[in-house]
Amino acid sequence: MTYLDHAATTPILPEALEAYLAASGAVGNASSLHAAGRHARRRVEEAREQVAAALRARPSEVIFTAGGTESDNLAVKGVFWARRAADPARIRVVAGSVEHHAVLDAVGWLESHEGATVSWLPVDEVGRIAPDALAEVLDDDVALVTAMSANNEVGTVQPVAELAALAAARGVPYHADAVQAVGQLPVDFAGSGVAALTVSGHKLGGPVGVGALLLGRDIPCTPLLHGGGQERDVRSGTLDVPGIVAFATAVEISVKAQEAFACRVGALRDELIDRVRAAAPDAVLNGDPRDRLPGNAHFSFPGCEGDALLLLLDAAGIACSTGSACSAGVAQPSHVLLAMGADEDRARSSLRFTLGHTSTQADIDALVAALPGAIERARRAGLTKSTRR
Amino acid sequence: MRVLAAMSGGVDSAVAAARAADAGYDVTGVHLALSRNPQTYRSGARGCCTLEDARDARRAADVIGIPFYVWDLAERFHEDVVDDFVAEYAAGRTPNPCVRCNEKIKFAAVLDRALALGFDAVVTGHHARRDAHGRLRRSADPGKDQSYVLAVLTADQLAHSIFPLGDSTKAQVRAEAAARGLAVADKPDSHDICFIADGDTRGWLRSRLGEQPGDIVDGATGEVLGRHAGAYGYTVGQRKGLGLDRPAPDGKPRYVLSITPVSNTVTVGPAAALEVTTVYGDRPLWTGPSPVSVDVQLRAHGSVVPAQVTVSDGRLVAELARPVRGVAAGQAIVGYQPDPDGDIVLGSATISHATSLAGVA
Repeated sequence: MTYLDHAATTPILPEALEAYLAASGAVGNASSLHAAGRHARRRVEEAREQVAAALRARPSEVIFTAGGTESDNLAVKGVFWARRAADPARIRVVAGSVEHHAVLDAVGWLESHEGATVSWLPVDEVGRIAPDALAEVLDDDVALVTAMSANNEVGTVQPVAELAALAAARGVPYHADAVQAVGQLPVDFAGSGVAALTVSGHKLGGPVGVGALLLGRDIPCTPLLHGGGQERDVRSGTLDVPGIVAFATAVEISVKAQEAFACRVGALRDELIDRVRAAAPDAVLNGDPRDRLPGNAHFSFPGCEGDALLLLLDAAGIACSTGSACSAGVAQPSHVLLAMGADEDRARSSLRFTLGHTSTQADIDALVAALPGAIERARRAGLTKSTRR
Repeated sequence: MRVLAAMSGGVDSAVAAARAADAGYDVTGVHLALSRNPQTYRSGARGCCTLEDARDARRAADVIGIPFYVWDLAERFHEDVVDDFVAEYAAGRTPNPCVRCNEKIKFAAVLDRALALGFDAVVTGHHARRDAHGRLRRSADPGKDQSYVLAVLTADQLAHSIFPLGDSTKAQVRAEAAARGLAVADKPDSHDICFIADGDTRGWLRSRLGEQPGDIVDGATGEVLGRHAGAYGYTVGQRKGLGLDRPAPDGKPRYVLSITPVSNTVTVGPAAALEVTTVYGDRPLWTGPSPVSVDVQLRAHGSVVPAQVTVSDGRLVAELARPVRGVAAGQAIVGYQPDPDGDIVLGSATISHATSLAGVA
């Protein structure tokens, strides 16, 4: 199989798997007071220090969660609730318009259920937020700003430092969804000025179902999950020791390897882009041509439906993604591409190829061998206009 | 040979896909998402359009071991089937949405797309047979036969269709599903209309067409017997739900004889007045000779009646050997040549109207 969908999930690193298995053999609730509990607690705290060191945060700023979606929800809802509780005038959420659904829908829920007003930050044609757009809407009524570090679909890197600085100047907490960024781009929590930052395990070689929210010590946050008071009382629930240990191992390794990864995988990705363009001269590269995630290549193939291309490439043993899906498995035109000004046809004709730590040149060879035939058939199917008019 | 199996989430299409895979075809499963809003369609085990059905289809594909995708045909389905259904009722006819769906969606939009993508045929779980000569025949299970709703298919569409269940009874299909470990083995059959969640067709039509009060009149005397809230709520041959408080003079039940959209009138009368002897059809699709003596079927799951069928100038005329009651415009008339290996479909048309020797019914 040619796996070109690392943005969906990555193969687990052998070291992370080993750490997981080693930790899962031991009994002990990290909240228990006896020796077994202390042992589990020690594992968790070592992991916390590992994550903090890798991402330049303080250990107390690391809140372990069940993954990216939980971290995003906790940051968006938790910070909104806490900030509004402190000052009822703070009812505005400022959010990027190309966020992942974990942020997008959490913000939408605050709007529909909690009386929040939302300012969606527009993006340019490559998917980037202009800092001026944030400066314009920042006011005393803003509870929080949330805008991702790098886009999961088109790979465009956001000017997080500039955006966070603007928010900080107004005393507004800034949350960055860095699920795609960690391991691919340098991430410096302390230096970036962000108040909260989402990390997910399985996007960087760790296990699924574990992640973290880095949350500044002085950032108020109302919990989503109430219970035993774990994790600064912000996230209750028995700590998942093996998951956390494996996650921390993966974070440490992927952050250490980030520069080499960006170099090697970035070069591979550039080759992929060049060869896809040679094979399909009318393919349109979406996202920022330079300032993008090193593993990301995202195209629109005019006249094709992304769904059809995916099916055909899947049949040829190549795994890629249209970049968006819903529970029924019916692809909607990507809100990211629409926000970038693409029309519905271009949005529906898009396909994402994402490389990772296991990717090789053979993957690109396989893709460019299968792509022209797939495009030809998908184009014929597109002409039938069978699924829409 | 690469084939595309349309998988509704029901037991029939699951077994059909499994048999196609066993037969050595390279099978890809596809579930058709037909609802704009899956929650509004018939829920649970009965329909084919809910998220649960999509999941059932996916699980069946997993068990069979074939790739599986969901294709979004909601817009096409809405335009070609649902809107058409409403328009037909508004015009005083009684459409069969399953016929329309086969004609416009499963064996048109889906088949076209499949062929373009490099598939050679579409596999469905319909209970019908396609013989070695490419002719459509009734299923081995007369109670489940679906050749009536497939009779609109052209020879070309049939040539690219595979019906692996045609030689089996429904009971055999269920037993096989259980033996194969398919969880849908005991799933109840779907019936009624998938896009009308509660089965209340009249209420559903009212929500789309609004109240359109009009008269219910006696077919013989022209006397106004009552009022209706919308002529679209009635079907020729209907007896129940007329809401007439005065019994007929002879004490016998009254039936809907006809619906006249122009005057928004529902005409009722005795059962005998329902009898017709000549049926006229539009848009005929006829592969047999003409004129020809055949059996004709005038509604889904209806019985057949011998008839002399003539097809000419885009029109089908069937002279019935004996009078038949309750023939509704909008339904299909399908001609069959009786055959011990499954009656052979000779063609079909959409019923435009019907007459009796005594006059227009």
